[in-house]
Formats: sequence, C-alpha cells, structure tokens
Amino acid sequence: MPEQIKTSEQENAEVHKRIEQTYKDGFVTDIESDTFPPGLNEEVIRAISAKKEEPQWLLDWRLKAYAKWLTMEQPNWAKLKIPPIDFNAISYYSSPKSNENAPETIDDVDPKLLETYAKLGVPLHEQEILAGVKTRKTPVAVDVVFDSVSVTTTFKKELKKAGVIFCSFSEAVKDHPDLVKQYLGKVVPIGDNYFSALNAAVFSDGSFVYIPKNTRCPMELSTYFRINEMNTGQFERTMIIADDGAEVSYLEGCTAPMRDENQLHAAVVELFILNDAKIKYSTVQNWYPGDENGKGGIFNFVTKRAACNGVNAKVSWTQVETGSAITWKYPSCILRGDNSRGEFYSVALTNNYQQADTGTKMIHLGKNTKSTIISKGISAGKSHNTYRGLVRISKRAEGARNHTQCDSLLIGKNCGAHTFPYIESANSTAQLEHEATTSKISEDQLFYCKQRGISEEDATSMIVDGFCKEVFKELPMEFAVEAKALLDISLEGAVG
Amino acid sequence: MLNIKNIHAQVGDNKILKGLNLDIKPGEVHAIMGPNGAGKSTLGNVLAGMEKVEVTEGSVDFLGKNLLDLEIEQRAAEGIFLAFQYPVEIPGVNNMYFLRAALNAQRKYRGEKEMNSSEFLKLVRTKIKQMSMRDDLLRRPVNEGFSGGEKKRNEIFQMSILAPKLAILDETDSGLDIDALKIVADGVNQLRDDNRSFIVITHYQRLLDYIVPDYVHVLADGKIVRSGDKSLAIELEKTGYGWLED
Ligand SMILES: Nc1ncnc2c1ncn2[C@@H]1O[C@H](COP(=O)(O)OP(=O)(O)OP(=O)(O)O)[C@@H](O)[C@H]1O
Ligand SMILES: [Mg+2]
Repeated sequence: MPEQIKTSEQENAEVHKRIEQTYKDGFVTDIESDTFPPGLNEEVIRAISAKKEEPQWLLDWRLKAYAKWLTMEQPNWAKLKIPPIDFNAISYYSSPKSNENAPETIDDVDPKLLETYAKLGVPLHEQEILAGVKTRKTPVAVDVVFDSVSVTTTFKKELKKAGVIFCSFSEAVKDHPDLVKQYLGKVVPIGDNYFSALNAAVFSDGSFVYIPKNTRCPMELSTYFRINEMNTGQFERTMIIADDGAEVSYLEGCTAPMRDENQLHAAVVELFILNDAKIKYSTVQNWYPGDENGKGGIFNFVTKRAACNGVNAKVSWTQVETGSAITWKYPSCILRGDNSRGEFYSVALTNNYQQADTGTKMIHLGKNTKSTIISKGISAGKSHNTYRGLVRISKRAEGARNHTQCDSLLIGKNCGAHTFPYIESANSTAQLEHEATTSKISEDQLFYCKQRGISEEDATSMIVDGFCKEVFKELPMEFAVEAKALLDISLEGAVG
Repeated sequence: MLNIKNIHAQVGDNKILKGLNLDIKPGEVHAIMGPNGAGKSTLGNVLAGMEKVEVTEGSVDFLGKNLLDLEIEQRAAEGIFLAFQYPVEIPGVNNMYFLRAALNAQRKYRGEKEMNSSEFLKLVRTKIKQMSMRDDLLRRPVNEGFSGGEKKRNEIFQMSILAPKLAILDETDSGLDIDALKIVADGVNQLRDDNRSFIVITHYQRLLDYIVPDYVHVLADGKIVRSGDKSLAIELEKTGYGWLED
C-alpha cells in the first residue's frame, strides 16, 4: 500500500516541480504513520475517542453529532461548484508513529517532524526563538498540529507562570475537562451546519487557550496546521477563552503537500470573550490550492465563531486567504454583551481555478454594539471570489452600528468577483453603512508603473499590496510580511 | 540623441501618426504644439512604448539603440521619462515607496547599486525643497486624491528624482496656477544641461516664456508641419491653427 502511494507521487513529480515555485510548502514528509483505513461510521468515531482516551461524555457528544450529521445535507447555497465528496474514502485519523508516546519536550520530537517545521519556517526551539528576540523577532508560542495530532507546544511553562493555558485540545480534555465541558459547542452548536456537525463527530486535534482574568497573554500564541498524509482529512477544533479583562493575540497558519486528489479540511473554532476582554485572531491560510488546471487542492470548509458574551468584549478576525481549492468560511461575531465589538478584516485571493466564498456574520444582540467589516477580494486567472456577509441587528440592540466595506479587484478577464451583503435590522436606531467597489488593475496603471521602470510583475504586486493595505495593517508585523510575500507568490503567472 | 524617422503609428485601425520626423540633439528643448487630437500624446506614448499603439513604419534611434525594440521599463531605465497628460492614481501605494521602487529598478537595470532608504530620503529632501513640494503628498498614495495641479507637480518631482536623459512633458502646464507653473518650469530648468533633452508638449506659449525652447514644432494630422524657433509659438498664439486648413 505505501509502495503504491510513492509511485503515484513520483509520477506527478514533474508537474509538481513546475508548481513548486508557486507553492513552496508542497513537499511530503516521509514518515511512518498510524492511519485509520478510510471510512466513516460509529466504530471510527469510537476509535478516535479511544485513541485520545476521552471521557464518556465526550464520546457521547461525538456520537450525537454523528447521528445529527447523518440527517443533514451538504449546503449548496454558496456560489461554489463543489465536486461530490465521498466521505467514506477519507481517513479520519492519522498520527506519526513516533508521536505515540506524546513527546514531553522538543527533544523527544521526531527529528523528521522538526525538520518539516524548520523547512516550513516554523520555529520550535525555545532557546533559538528567545535568542532571536534581541535581534528582531518577538517570541511566539506555537502549537504544531501534524495531521490529526498535536506534536508539541512551545513556551508552555512560561505561559503557565502567567496562568495562561495553551495546549492541544486533547490535552485540555484531560487536564481541564471542566473548562472544555463548559464551553464546548456553546457558540458553534453540534448541528449548526453540515461541516461543523462532521467536525464534532470526528475532530482530532487543535489548540486550546484559556487566558485568566485581568491577564494580558505575555506572548503571541499560534498554531501551525499541517496536513501530510494522503487521503486524510483534517478536522481540528480550536477553542479560546478570554476571561474578564483578559487579552490575547492568536495566529494560525497552515499548509499541505501538493497532491492531485482533493483533501478535506473542516475545522471548528470557538472563541469566548468575557467582560472587557479582547481576542485578536489572525489567519494566514495557505493550504495547497491545486495546480494551474484546477487539479487537486484542499477543500477548506471551516466554521469560526466568536461569542462576545461580556460587556465591552472585543474580537477581531483578520484573515489572509490565499490557499485552498475551495474556501467556505465565515468567521462570525455574536455581539451579546453591551458595547461589545466585532471586527472582520479579510483578504481573499483566488487564482487559476480556485473558488472562495467567504465573509462574516455580525449578530448584534447587545446595546451599542459595533462591528466593522473590511473585505478585499482579489480574483485572477479563472477563479471565482465571493464575499458573503450578514449584519443582523436584533430588536434590543439599541444604538448598534456597522460599517461594511467590500472591495474587489480583478486581474485579467476570465475571473469573477461577487458580493452578497445581507442586512437585517429590527431596530431603527441602528446605523449601518455599506460601501462596495469593484476595480481592475488597469492597463493605464501598469503602463504608468512600467514607464517609471517597474516591471509588470512588481507593479501588479505593488498595486495588490496597496489594495490590501487596510487589512495588512491589522496583522501582527511578521505575519504581514509573510502575507505580502504569499500574495506575490500566489499571483505568479496571473499577469502577462 | 533621439532620431525619429518617418514614424507611422495607429491604434486599432485609427491611423494617428503619419510619417513623423524629429531629430533632437543632447541638451536641446523642443516644444511641440498643435491642435487637439493631432497626435501629440500619441507621439509621447510611442516613445514610451505603450503597447496599444502599433508602430507600422519608421524607426526611432535613442542614444544609438533601436528604441522600438525595447520594453517599456527598459526604455525608462535607458532614460526616457514621460510626464503624463493624465497621471493615474494607484490607490494604497505610497508615493515614496513607489518612487524608490522605480529608481532602484532603473538603477538595477543599469548595473548601478540600489539606493537604501536613507540615501533615498536624502535625495528626496533636497529635491522636495527645490520643487516646493508639500511633503505630505509624498506620504500619500500615488496621485490618489491629488488635485489636477498636484498630480502635475508630482510628475515633475518624479522626473527630478529619476533624472532621465530625455523627458517628455505632456501638457504639464495645463491645470497649473501661475505659481505652480513657475515652480514646474524651475524644476525643468534646473535639470537642463548639455546632455539632457526635453520634449515639451503644450498648448500655451506662456510656458515657453519660462522654459525657453530651442525649437518649436507644429504637429498636425500626425506630422510635423512647421518648425521654427520660439517666435513660432508667439505667432501661433495670435493666428491659431486656422491656417492649417489652407
Ligand atoms: N487608445 C486610443 N484609442 C482610440 N483612439 C485613440 C487612442 N489614443 C489616441 N486616439 C486618437 O488619436 C488621435 C490623437 O490623440 P492624441 O491624444 O495623441 O492627441 P493630442 O494631440 O495629444 O491631443 P490633445 O491636445 O487634445 O491632448 C485622437 O483622435 C484620439 O482620439
Ligand atoms: Mg494630448
């Protein structure tokens, strides 16, 4: 069986070499894995739960989700052409064998995995990271998830001193069951949607963060997701709780090998923000987008939602979406606490045959709640890029305000940009502003830049950067640099 | 330095330049006047290399090179600068950033060392004074929300930083107030030297009081129909272009 996989990967090596320039993280780590055979049924769910030595309540929760999922249908309201997914052809659990006896420290981690993350530019050695601080980098604690399991989490001890819990979800279930139980499924209920129900049934790993009262997390936290194994899906679940007066900035990045088959990634993220607390959640999504003919790539079907339960709670989602064959993602904010605020800053770039249907929901429940939506869609090649957003003002959301700005930029003639803003207001005191623009990189702009000596490629990247500026400035510094570079790479071949 | 021979150029089926000749020596300033739609901007575009304009006949020699064989950005790096009649806006792209990218791209092409930001800043500071540019314009995105006159001044500012060998100013005087006109003319005059040439396209002889040309040409219906010295501009001011009909 592994023999076969190898040859098919070799066969495609030629094609891959060409794409490699545009997707530099598309390599495969050759590592022995404990992978479930493909298929989805109750047995598989029990097996996942058993692997993770979960308590009965969690298994019951999974099974309930599975039963619900069986009654549901794949949503088709998005402006996406999704090929049929055979859920029985996917493996729902895969873990590197070397990870079996949960490595205690970085020194116990399989060198092949360390090498993988080094190649991906994800620093894991705490000493080296701290040494780098003096020169330029601010330290970032990272939880690395490889296929279905968390490999290691850095700076745990440091964080613990501040009372911050940062660990894999599986560990949280063991070590902090009360917290997990209290919040699990509270903002994304089991039956919320088809993919969240599937995730609830089969989720494997993800990150768990708890920031105690009146604590500002001493460093930025991050999770790096990597899909490696063939024919597996990644179903991670992340939960962040910011207690009263707490503050945290969390970053998330992800990559996968280049393969001709589509792979499914269906994550759920739940954020809880209590009184006067703040969460800043940033994503740079760079899943393998498929090749220039639209073959392969990740299906990224993700449910992310934040509950601003407290007064003055604040959440901001910033996402830079350049990867995935198909993206279906609407990070949302439930603004329950009075004066709570939700922000959504998004850059979504599609090239070749990529499709993205992404946006947000701002649900205003509390008084004087405020939300801001800034969405920048860039379409190139034959791709389709859709913004879909809902702003709902409930009856008791006196004085609620929303500002929405949706800009689309088209590169070339064969791509599409679409905007679907939905507004539902049940309170007449609400102030809602909506602006939308669609523009092209004009020949005149390119001529102007080139006349000054700037190449077409550099001019395009400059114009795109300019277009995304308002979103990039919301990203932590180093992420912004990475995001810019990623846009440039993703746009390669889009001009000329 | 620039030798244009029998240039015919068209956009689509629309023939615009119909056998244009022009010879410019180093250090010379040539003014080009002529009625609307005569092909003045098209001449600038042909020299800069705009793809939309197709050259069907003729040749252009620039400092010993066949200009028509070069890409747009190569021509820029070889020393051609076009101050646009209608400068475009580039939203979100900082003016200074843009200009440094342009300068360094040109320097790289010429095999010169790229300028770091402090060197560049120094250069900008001196030019900004000479040009009486408001420095907040430099921190804004390229031409975005600039007034008509501010855009024109920005073109000349870019020119002074890029220090081209041949600058083509396409109606840079249009839309400028009197003071700005003097400043722009000053900017040009400061750059004037024995090796640098200018093509100044204008409708008004007033500009030529400040930038005194060596030659004045009348471009009409795709050709140079008359050439003379500065007095031709004064004459045109009086007569207009009615005489072209005869
Ligand atoms: N891209 C284009 N497509 C079609 N026609 C064009 C194009 N560019 C120029 N023309 C036409 O070519 C002719 C010459 O235009 P050009 O802009 O060179 O005139 P001009 O002498 O600069 O005029 P003005 O004094 O009004 O600036 C005009 O009739 C114009 O409509
Ligand atoms: Mg003109």
